[in-house]
Amino acid sequence: MTTTIVDAVKAARESGDYQSVLDSIPYMKFLGLVVEPDTAGPICRMPGSDHIIGNPVLPAIHGGVVGALLESTAIMHIMWSHESLHVPKIINLTVEYLRSARVVDTYAQAIITKQGRRIANMRVEAWQADRAKPVAAAHAHFLLPRAED
Amino acid sequence: MDVDPKSLTWAEKLAMMLENSQGQAKALGLALESAKRERTVLRLPWQETLVGNPATRVLHGGVITTLIDSACGYSLMSYFETLPDIATLDLRIDYLQPAEPDRDVFAGAEVYKVTSSIAFLRATAFQTEGDPIANAVATFMLGANAPKYNARQG
Repeated sequence: MTTTIVDAVKAARESGDYQSVLDSIPYMKFLGLVVEPDTAGPICRMPGSDHIIGNPVLPAIHGGVVGALLESTAIMHIMWSHESLHVPKIINLTVEYLRSARVVDTYAQAIITKQGRRIANMRVEAWQADRAKPVAAAHAHFLLPRAED
Repeated sequence: MDVDPKSLTWAEKLAMMLENSQGQAKALGLALESAKRERTVLRLPWQETLVGNPATRVLHGGVITTLIDSACGYSLMSYFETLPDIATLDLRIDYLQPAEPDRDVFAGAEVYKVTSSIAFLRATAFQTEGDPIANAVATFMLGANAPKYNARQG
């Protein structure tokens, strides 16, 4: 595979299919994330599996993995929104854990709350069976590349 | 193993617990570097599968998040010398610089304040001690599931 991430993003802009972009990012693939297209931006689905468990007693998804899903969704959103052909750099992230995340399908979707020339401020929410009952939410800042291409 | 668990120190028990852990901690290969009441350090061995940017081979921020969250959990276990019933309320991380590829990452966490129901922690991730790649603060609820158990008993 010689396809670079930039090629993958360019191809996705043509096809509207961002799964190949996600699959070229090792840790997102490792978590088993699946991109589900939506007019408001990609919804990332993380299937429940043994290797994402943090607390085997409850059992619950690892809090750090929930954070990783939220961050990954924000990254995918920025690339989907034509703000970057590259993986944007995360500056900081605040995760609020609202409910215990059971080991089932978990979804996340992001919005850009404020877009500057260099910085994007993002809000991301994750939910499971009921979107009205989020399991976690995050605020994050990302640094955008200086220029496209 | 022919080790008598009673002869082990608490830190040794925690190290063994992490070694035998399942789930994400096992997938990441997390290991206990040191466990003291005042500070607990975990080690994340380098793995290509944890990369977040294939162009630079920098680790995904989410891996650092998971490492820091785990270090906070083990720090609480070191602090209380028990397996506390905890839930993360929030976790805030500043990513100070990218992790260098092909090198292990460490996270050290300390419990700096405990009230009857909340624990406050701070943590740093680093590859070279004293040169942090991420800085974090976290808040944990203590006795998170206790009311449920009490209700069941009563």
